[in-house]
Amino acid sequence: MSAFRDEVEVMIPALRRYARALTREIDLADDLVQDTLVRALRSEKLFLGGDLRSWLYTILTNLNRNRRRAIARRPLFTPLTDNTADASGTEAEGRDIARALATLPDEQRAVLLLVMLEGLSYREVADVQSVPIGTVMSRLARARGHVKASLDGQRPALRAVK
Amino acid sequence: MTDRMIPVTEDELHAYADGELPAERRDDVERWLAAHPDDAARLQAWRGIGEDLHARYDGVADEPIPARLSIDRLARPPRRWIAGAIAATLAAFLIGGGAGWIAHGASATPTAFAEFTGDALGAHRLYVVEVRHPVEVEGSERAHLQQWLSKRVGYDVKAPELDGTGLKLVGGRLLPGPQAPAAFLMYESASGERFTLFTSRAATGATQMRYASRNADGALFWADNGVGYVVSGPTDKDRLNQVARLVYDQTEKSGS
Repeated sequence: MSAFRDEVEVMIPALRRYARALTREIDLADDLVQDTLVRALRSEKLFLGGDLRSWLYTILTNLNRNRRRAIARRPLFTPLTDNTADASGTEAEGRDIARALATLPDEQRAVLLLVMLEGLSYREVADVQSVPIGTVMSRLARARGHVKASLDGQRPALRAVK
Repeated sequence: MTDRMIPVTEDELHAYADGELPAERRDDVERWLAAHPDDAARLQAWRGIGEDLHARYDGVADEPIPARLSIDRLARPPRRWIAGAIAATLAAFLIGGGAGWIAHGASATPTAFAEFTGDALGAHRLYVVEVRHPVEVEGSERAHLQQWLSKRVGYDVKAPELDGTGLKLVGGRLLPGPQAPAAFLMYESASGERFTLFTSRAATGATQMRYASRNADGALFWADNGVGYVVSGPTDKDRLNQVARLVYDQTEKSGS
Protein backbone atom coordinates (compact mmCIF):
# COMPACT_ATOMS: atom_id res chain seq x y z
CA MET A 1 0.00 0.00 0.00
CA SER A 2 1.32 3.45 -0.90
CA ALA A 3 2.32 6.04 1.68
CA PHE A 4 -0.33 8.32 0.25
CA ARG A 5 -3.01 5.76 0.87
CA ASP A 6 -1.74 5.19 4.41
CA GLU A 7 -1.94 8.90 5.13
CA VAL A 8 -5.47 9.09 3.77
CA GLU A 9 -6.49 6.08 5.82
CA VAL A 10 -5.38 7.49 9.17
CA MET A 11 -7.59 10.50 8.48
CA ILE A 12 -10.80 8.50 8.13
CA PRO A 13 -11.84 8.66 11.82
CA ALA A 14 -11.37 12.44 11.95
CA LEU A 15 -13.19 12.92 8.65
CA ARG A 16 -16.09 10.90 9.96
CA ARG A 17 -16.23 13.00 13.11
CA TYR A 18 -16.19 16.22 11.11
CA ALA A 19 -18.81 14.97 8.65
CA ARG A 20 -21.06 13.78 11.46
CA ALA A 21 -20.94 17.14 13.19
CA LEU A 22 -21.41 18.91 9.87
CA THR A 23 -24.50 16.96 8.81
CA ARG A 24 -25.67 15.43 12.11
CA GLU A 25 -26.84 12.37 10.15
CA ILE A 26 -24.91 9.13 10.23
CA ASP A 27 -25.56 7.84 6.72
CA LEU A 28 -25.26 11.19 5.07
CA ALA A 29 -21.99 11.83 6.90
CA ASP A 30 -20.49 8.53 5.81
CA ASP A 31 -21.67 9.16 2.25
CA LEU A 32 -19.69 12.38 2.33
CA VAL A 33 -16.63 10.64 3.72
CA GLN A 34 -16.89 7.93 1.10
CA ASP A 35 -17.15 10.46 -1.72
CA THR A 36 -14.24 12.37 -0.23
CA LEU A 37 -12.07 9.26 -0.12
CA VAL A 38 -12.98 8.20 -3.63
CA ARG A 39 -12.16 11.64 -4.95
CA ALA A 40 -8.90 11.82 -3.02
CA LEU A 41 -7.75 8.40 -4.21
CA ARG A 42 -8.66 9.25 -7.76
CA SER A 43 -6.74 12.53 -7.55
CA GLU A 44 -3.63 11.06 -5.95
CA LYS A 45 -1.51 12.13 -8.90
CA LEU A 46 -2.94 15.65 -8.76
CA PHE A 47 -1.93 16.03 -5.15
CA LEU A 48 1.48 17.69 -5.25
CA GLY A 49 2.58 17.45 -1.66
CA GLY A 50 1.26 20.10 0.71
CA ASP A 51 -1.02 19.39 3.61
CA LEU A 52 -2.97 16.22 2.96
CA ARG A 53 -5.13 16.78 6.02
CA SER A 54 -6.33 20.23 4.92
CA TRP A 55 -6.84 18.93 1.43
CA LEU A 56 -9.16 16.16 2.64
CA TYR A 57 -11.14 18.60 4.78
CA THR A 58 -11.39 20.86 1.74
CA ILE A 59 -12.82 18.11 -0.45
CA LEU A 60 -15.36 17.13 2.20
CA THR A 61 -16.39 20.74 2.87
CA ASN A 62 -16.89 21.39 -0.85
CA LEU A 63 -18.84 18.19 -1.38
CA ASN A 64 -21.13 19.15 1.47
CA ARG A 65 -21.64 22.62 0.06
CA ASN A 66 -22.52 21.18 -3.36
CA ARG A 67 -24.92 18.81 -1.71
CA ARG A 68 -26.58 21.65 0.19
CA ARG A 69 -26.93 23.64 -3.02
CA ALA A 70 -28.58 20.71 -4.72
CA ILE A 71 -30.95 20.32 -1.77
CA ALA A 72 -31.71 24.04 -1.73
CA ARG A 73 -33.26 23.71 -5.16
CA ARG A 74 -35.71 21.13 -3.88
CA PRO A 75 -38.39 21.57 -1.26
CA LEU A 76 -37.06 20.50 2.11
CA PHE A 77 -38.82 17.84 4.11
CA THR A 78 -36.22 17.33 6.80
CA PRO A 79 -37.84 17.48 10.23
CA LEU A 80 -36.59 20.37 12.31
CA THR A 81 -36.06 18.38 15.44
CA ASP A 82 -34.24 15.18 14.86
CA ASN A 83 -34.29 12.65 17.62
CA THR A 84 -33.22 9.64 15.61
CA ALA A 85 -30.08 10.88 13.90
CA ASP A 86 -27.52 9.84 16.41
CA ALA A 87 -27.47 7.39 19.23
CA SER A 88 -23.94 8.04 20.42
CA GLY A 89 -24.64 11.22 22.37
CA THR A 90 -26.84 10.21 25.22
CA GLU A 91 -26.73 13.15 27.55
CA ALA A 92 -28.71 16.34 27.08
CA GLU A 93 -25.43 18.16 26.64
CA GLY A 94 -24.82 16.48 23.29
CA ARG A 95 -28.27 17.11 21.93
CA ASP A 96 -28.02 20.77 22.76
CA ILE A 97 -24.78 21.34 20.91
CA ALA A 98 -26.17 19.46 17.90
CA ARG A 99 -29.25 21.66 17.93
CA ALA A 100 -27.13 24.76 18.25
CA LEU A 101 -25.03 23.65 15.28
CA ALA A 102 -28.16 23.20 13.22
CA THR A 103 -28.99 26.88 13.55
CA LEU A 104 -25.71 27.99 11.96
CA PRO A 105 -25.23 28.93 8.33
CA ASP A 106 -23.06 26.36 6.52
CA GLU A 107 -19.85 28.37 6.30
CA GLN A 108 -20.00 29.30 9.95
CA ARG A 109 -20.62 25.74 11.04
CA ALA A 110 -17.69 24.53 8.96
CA VAL A 111 -15.34 27.15 10.44
CA LEU A 112 -16.44 26.43 13.99
CA LEU A 113 -15.96 22.68 13.57
CA LEU A 114 -12.67 22.89 11.72
CA VAL A 115 -11.19 25.16 14.38
CA MET A 116 -12.74 23.83 17.56
CA LEU A 117 -13.28 20.15 16.80
CA GLU A 118 -10.64 19.35 14.22
CA GLY A 119 -8.01 21.76 15.50
CA LEU A 120 -7.11 23.40 12.20
CA SER A 121 -5.32 26.74 12.27
CA TYR A 122 -6.99 29.89 10.94
CA ARG A 123 -4.61 29.73 7.98
CA GLU A 124 -5.63 26.16 7.16
CA VAL A 125 -9.33 26.96 7.43
CA ALA A 126 -8.81 29.97 5.15
CA ASP A 127 -7.31 27.59 2.58
CA VAL A 128 -10.11 25.07 3.01
CA GLN A 129 -12.75 27.72 2.37
CA SER A 130 -10.70 29.75 -0.11
CA VAL A 131 -11.29 32.97 1.82
CA PRO A 132 -9.00 35.45 3.60
CA ILE A 133 -8.12 34.82 7.24
CA GLY A 134 -10.18 37.85 8.25
CA THR A 135 -13.27 36.17 6.85
CA VAL A 136 -12.50 33.02 8.81
CA MET A 137 -12.20 35.04 12.00
CA SER A 138 -15.45 36.90 11.50
CA ARG A 139 -17.27 33.68 10.67
CA LEU A 140 -15.83 32.05 13.77
CA ALA A 141 -16.83 35.01 15.96
CA ARG A 142 -20.38 34.95 14.61
CA ALA A 143 -20.62 31.20 14.97
CA ARG A 144 -19.50 31.33 18.59
CA GLY A 145 -21.95 34.12 19.30
CA HIS A 146 -24.81 32.13 17.78
CA VAL A 147 -23.98 28.91 19.53
CA LYS A 148 -23.50 30.61 22.88
CA ALA A 149 -26.85 32.37 22.54
CA SER A 150 -28.47 29.12 21.50
CA LEU A 151 -27.01 27.18 24.42
CA ASP A 152 -27.82 29.97 26.90
CA GLY A 153 -31.38 30.06 25.66
CA GLN A 154 -31.77 26.32 25.84
CA ARG A 155 -30.48 25.52 29.28
CA PRO A 156 -29.74 28.48 31.50
CA ALA A 157 -30.00 26.28 34.59
CA LEU A 158 -27.31 23.85 33.47
CA ARG A 159 -25.03 26.68 32.52
CA ALA A 160 -25.38 28.23 35.95
CA VAL A 161 -24.26 25.03 37.65
CA LYS A 162 -20.88 25.06 35.93
CA MET B 1 -4.51 49.63 35.56
CA THR B 2 -6.78 48.94 32.57
CA ASP B 3 -6.29 52.37 31.07
CA ARG B 4 -2.60 51.68 30.65
CA MET B 5 -3.35 48.65 28.43
CA ILE B 6 -3.74 48.60 24.69
CA PRO B 7 -7.37 47.49 24.40
CA VAL B 8 -7.82 43.85 23.45
CA THR B 9 -9.93 43.44 20.34
CA GLU B 10 -12.65 40.86 19.69
CA ASP B 11 -10.40 39.16 17.14
CA GLU B 12 -7.59 38.95 19.67
CA LEU B 13 -9.85 37.29 22.19
CA HIS B 14 -10.77 34.61 19.68
CA ALA B 15 -7.16 34.20 18.61
CA TYR B 16 -6.17 33.84 22.26
CA ALA B 17 -8.84 31.18 22.79
CA ASP B 18 -7.57 29.25 19.76
CA GLY B 19 -3.88 29.56 20.55
CA GLU B 20 -3.35 31.76 17.50
CA LEU B 21 -2.27 34.89 19.34
CA PRO B 22 1.41 35.89 19.09
CA ALA B 23 3.22 35.05 22.33
CA GLU B 24 4.15 38.66 23.12
CA ARG B 25 0.51 39.67 23.34
CA ARG B 26 -0.70 36.82 25.51
CA ASP B 27 0.22 38.43 28.83
CA ASP B 28 -1.67 41.56 27.82
CA VAL B 29 -4.78 39.52 27.12
CA GLU B 30 -4.52 37.68 30.39
CA ARG B 31 -4.29 40.95 32.32
CA TRP B 32 -7.20 42.30 30.29
CA LEU B 33 -9.32 39.28 31.16
CA ALA B 34 -8.53 39.68 34.83
CA ALA B 35 -9.87 43.22 34.62
CA HIS B 36 -12.85 42.44 32.36
CA PRO B 37 -15.01 39.68 33.82
CA ASP B 38 -17.52 39.89 30.96
CA ASP B 39 -14.89 38.98 28.41
CA ALA B 40 -13.52 36.31 30.73
CA ALA B 41 -16.99 34.80 30.97
CA ARG B 42 -17.38 34.82 27.21
CA LEU B 43 -14.05 33.11 26.79
CA GLN B 44 -15.18 30.54 29.29
CA ALA B 45 -18.38 30.00 27.33
CA TRP B 46 -16.40 29.45 24.11
CA ARG B 47 -14.26 26.87 25.86
CA GLY B 48 -17.49 25.22 26.94
CA ILE B 49 -18.56 25.00 23.29
CA GLY B 50 -15.32 23.26 22.43
CA GLU B 51 -15.80 20.81 25.30
CA ASP B 52 -19.37 20.13 24.20
CA LEU B 53 -18.25 19.47 20.65
CA HIS B 54 -15.59 17.01 21.72
CA ALA B 55 -17.90 15.32 24.21
CA ARG B 56 -20.48 14.92 21.54
CA TYR B 57 -18.45 13.95 18.46
CA ASP B 58 -15.11 12.48 19.50
CA GLY B 59 -16.85 9.16 19.98
CA VAL B 60 -17.49 9.05 16.22
CA ALA B 61 -13.77 8.85 15.59
CA ASP B 62 -13.55 5.84 17.88
CA GLU B 63 -16.32 3.90 16.16
CA PRO B 64 -15.21 1.00 13.98
CA ILE B 65 -14.90 2.17 10.39
CA PRO B 66 -17.74 0.80 8.24
CA ALA B 67 -16.71 -1.61 5.51
CA ARG B 68 -17.85 0.71 2.77
CA LEU B 69 -15.19 3.21 3.87
CA SER B 70 -12.40 0.65 3.74
CA ILE B 71 -9.54 2.20 1.85
CA ASP B 72 -8.67 -1.08 0.14
CA ARG B 73 -12.14 -1.42 -1.22
CA LEU B 74 -12.30 2.19 -2.39
CA ALA B 75 -8.81 2.15 -3.87
CA ARG B 76 -9.68 -0.41 -6.50
CA PRO B 77 -9.34 1.31 -9.86
CA PRO B 78 -12.78 2.67 -10.75
CA ARG B 79 -12.22 2.01 -14.45
CA ARG B 80 -12.09 -1.69 -13.84
CA TRP B 81 -15.49 -1.91 -12.28
CA ILE B 82 -17.12 0.43 -14.80
CA ALA B 83 -15.79 -1.72 -17.61
CA GLY B 84 -16.90 -4.73 -15.62
CA ALA B 85 -20.37 -3.32 -15.19
CA ILE B 86 -20.71 -2.65 -18.90
CA ALA B 87 -19.46 -6.10 -19.74
CA ALA B 88 -21.86 -7.63 -17.24
CA THR B 89 -24.80 -5.67 -18.67
CA LEU B 90 -23.95 -6.77 -22.17
CA ALA B 91 -23.36 -10.32 -21.10
CA ALA B 92 -26.74 -10.42 -19.39
CA PHE B 93 -28.30 -8.93 -22.49
CA LEU B 94 -26.65 -11.36 -24.83
CA ILE B 95 -26.66 -14.49 -22.72
CA GLY B 96 -30.32 -13.79 -22.00
CA GLY B 97 -30.97 -14.55 -25.63
CA GLY B 98 -28.53 -17.40 -25.69
CA ALA B 99 -26.40 -15.86 -28.41
CA GLY B 100 -23.32 -13.74 -28.87
CA TRP B 101 -21.98 -11.21 -31.29
CA ILE B 102 -20.87 -11.55 -34.77
CA ALA B 103 -18.90 -8.81 -36.42
CA HIS B 104 -16.33 -7.95 -33.81
CA GLY B 105 -14.56 -4.64 -34.04
CA ALA B 106 -17.63 -2.69 -34.99
CA SER B 107 -17.27 0.93 -33.98
CA ALA B 108 -20.65 1.58 -32.37
CA THR B 109 -20.46 1.97 -28.61
CA PRO B 110 -21.93 -0.96 -26.73
CA THR B 111 -24.51 1.46 -25.38
CA ALA B 112 -25.87 2.56 -28.76
CA PHE B 113 -25.93 -1.03 -29.85
CA ALA B 114 -27.69 -2.14 -26.67
CA GLU B 115 -30.16 0.74 -26.75
CA PHE B 116 -31.13 0.27 -30.37
CA THR B 117 -31.45 -3.48 -30.29
CA GLY B 118 -33.22 -3.28 -26.93
CA ASP B 119 -35.81 -0.80 -28.20
CA ALA B 120 -36.19 -2.58 -31.52
CA LEU B 121 -36.61 -6.03 -30.03
CA GLY B 122 -39.12 -4.64 -27.55
CA ALA B 123 -41.19 -3.10 -30.32
CA HIS B 124 -40.81 -6.19 -32.45
CA ARG B 125 -42.08 -8.48 -29.74
CA LEU B 126 -44.94 -6.14 -28.89
CA TYR B 127 -46.29 -5.69 -32.41
CA VAL B 128 -45.60 -8.90 -34.35
CA VAL B 129 -48.21 -10.71 -32.30
CA GLU B 130 -50.85 -8.10 -33.13
CA VAL B 131 -53.37 -9.50 -35.54
CA ARG B 132 -55.77 -6.63 -36.02
CA HIS B 133 -53.62 -3.54 -35.36
CA PRO B 134 -49.98 -4.35 -36.06
CA VAL B 135 -49.41 -0.97 -37.73
CA GLU B 136 -50.76 2.56 -37.74
CA VAL B 137 -50.54 3.12 -41.48
CA GLU B 138 -51.13 0.23 -43.87
CA GLY B 139 -48.63 -0.87 -46.49
CA SER B 140 -51.19 -0.06 -49.16
CA GLU B 141 -50.54 3.61 -48.37
CA ARG B 142 -46.80 3.28 -48.90
CA ALA B 143 -46.22 6.80 -50.26
CA HIS B 144 -48.12 8.44 -47.42
CA LEU B 145 -46.39 6.23 -44.84
CA GLN B 146 -42.93 7.15 -46.10
CA GLN B 147 -43.73 10.84 -46.27
CA TRP B 148 -45.19 10.92 -42.77
CA LEU B 149 -42.37 8.97 -41.13
CA SER B 150 -39.67 10.95 -42.96
CA LYS B 151 -41.14 14.16 -41.63
CA ARG B 152 -41.25 12.89 -38.06
CA VAL B 153 -37.87 11.18 -37.82
CA GLY B 154 -35.97 13.87 -39.74
CA TYR B 155 -34.37 11.80 -42.51
CA ASP B 156 -35.57 10.08 -45.63
CA VAL B 157 -37.48 6.90 -44.81
CA LYS B 158 -37.98 4.53 -47.74
CA ALA B 159 -39.70 1.24 -47.04
CA PRO B 160 -37.38 -1.27 -48.74
CA GLU B 161 -38.73 -3.77 -51.31
CA LEU B 162 -38.24 -7.21 -49.79
CA ASP B 163 -40.24 -9.18 -52.33
CA GLY B 164 -37.00 -11.02 -53.20
CA THR B 165 -37.16 -12.80 -49.83
CA GLY B 166 -40.90 -13.34 -49.96
CA LEU B 167 -41.79 -10.48 -47.63
CA LYS B 168 -44.51 -7.91 -48.16
CA LEU B 169 -44.86 -4.58 -46.37
CA VAL B 170 -47.62 -4.70 -43.74
CA GLY B 171 -47.23 -1.05 -42.81
CA GLY B 172 -45.54 1.09 -40.22
CA ARG B 173 -45.78 3.25 -37.14
CA LEU B 174 -43.92 5.95 -35.27
CA LEU B 175 -42.21 4.98 -32.01
CA PRO B 176 -39.93 6.56 -29.43
CA GLY B 177 -36.31 5.62 -30.14
CA PRO B 178 -33.14 5.78 -28.03
CA GLN B 179 -32.34 9.41 -28.89
CA ALA B 180 -35.06 10.50 -31.33
CA PRO B 181 -38.34 9.27 -32.82
CA ALA B 182 -38.08 5.97 -34.62
CA ALA B 183 -39.69 4.66 -37.81
CA PHE B 184 -40.96 1.12 -37.43
CA LEU B 185 -41.86 -0.94 -40.50
CA MET B 186 -43.32 -4.42 -40.53
CA TYR B 187 -43.06 -7.09 -43.21
CA GLU B 188 -44.80 -10.42 -43.52
CA SER B 189 -44.31 -13.61 -45.52
CA ALA B 190 -47.05 -15.76 -47.00
CA SER B 191 -46.63 -18.15 -44.07
CA GLY B 192 -47.17 -15.35 -41.54
CA GLU B 193 -43.49 -14.96 -40.57
CA ARG B 194 -42.89 -11.33 -39.59
CA PHE B 195 -39.82 -9.12 -39.76
CA THR B 196 -39.53 -5.54 -38.58
CA LEU B 197 -37.19 -2.70 -39.45
CA PHE B 198 -36.55 -0.14 -36.74
CA THR B 199 -34.63 3.01 -37.67
CA SER B 200 -33.80 6.14 -35.74
CA ARG B 201 -31.23 8.91 -35.59
CA ALA B 202 -28.00 7.65 -34.02
CA ALA B 203 -25.04 9.59 -32.68
CA THR B 204 -22.82 6.81 -33.97
CA GLY B 205 -20.53 6.50 -36.96
CA ALA B 206 -20.87 3.76 -39.55
CA THR B 207 -20.64 0.31 -38.01
CA GLN B 208 -20.53 -3.28 -39.08
CA MET B 209 -23.52 -5.48 -38.45
CA ARG B 210 -23.98 -7.00 -35.03
CA TYR B 211 -26.28 -9.72 -33.96
CA ALA B 212 -28.23 -9.91 -30.73
CA SER B 213 -31.12 -12.05 -29.64
CA ARG B 214 -33.66 -12.13 -26.89
CA ASN B 215 -36.06 -14.97 -26.22
CA ALA B 216 -37.25 -16.19 -29.62
CA ASP B 217 -36.30 -13.03 -31.50
CA GLY B 218 -33.07 -12.15 -33.26
CA ALA B 219 -31.85 -8.73 -34.34
CA LEU B 220 -29.18 -7.32 -36.60
CA PHE B 221 -27.99 -3.82 -35.84
CA TRP B 222 -25.87 -1.46 -37.87
CA ALA B 223 -25.51 2.27 -38.24
CA ASP B 224 -24.71 4.36 -41.26
CA ASN B 225 -25.00 7.99 -42.25
CA GLY B 226 -26.23 9.06 -38.79
CA VAL B 227 -29.05 6.52 -38.73
CA GLY B 228 -29.23 3.31 -36.74
CA TYR B 229 -30.96 0.26 -38.26
CA VAL B 230 -32.23 -2.84 -36.57
CA VAL B 231 -33.79 -5.70 -38.49
CA SER B 232 -35.62 -8.04 -36.14
CA GLY B 233 -37.14 -11.41 -36.86
CA PRO B 234 -36.84 -15.06 -35.95
CA THR B 235 -33.48 -16.18 -34.58
CA ASP B 236 -32.50 -17.90 -37.82
CA LYS B 237 -29.31 -15.96 -38.53
CA ASP B 238 -29.05 -16.83 -42.19
CA ARG B 239 -32.58 -15.73 -42.87
CA LEU B 240 -32.10 -12.55 -40.83
CA ASN B 241 -28.88 -11.81 -42.60
CA GLN B 242 -30.54 -12.26 -45.99
CA VAL B 243 -33.29 -9.76 -45.07
CA ALA B 244 -30.84 -7.30 -43.53
CA ARG B 245 -28.67 -7.47 -46.63
CA LEU B 246 -31.62 -6.49 -48.83
CA VAL B 247 -32.52 -3.63 -46.51
CA TYR B 248 -28.93 -2.46 -46.39
CA ASP B 249 -28.63 -2.44 -50.17
CA GLN B 250 -31.64 -0.13 -50.46
CA THR B 251 -30.70 2.44 -47.82
CA GLU B 252 -28.73 5.58 -48.35
CA LYS B 253 -25.06 5.07 -47.66
CA SER B 254 -22.65 7.60 -46.28
CA GLY B 255 -20.87 9.26 -49.16
CA SER B 256 -23.53 8.26 -51.67
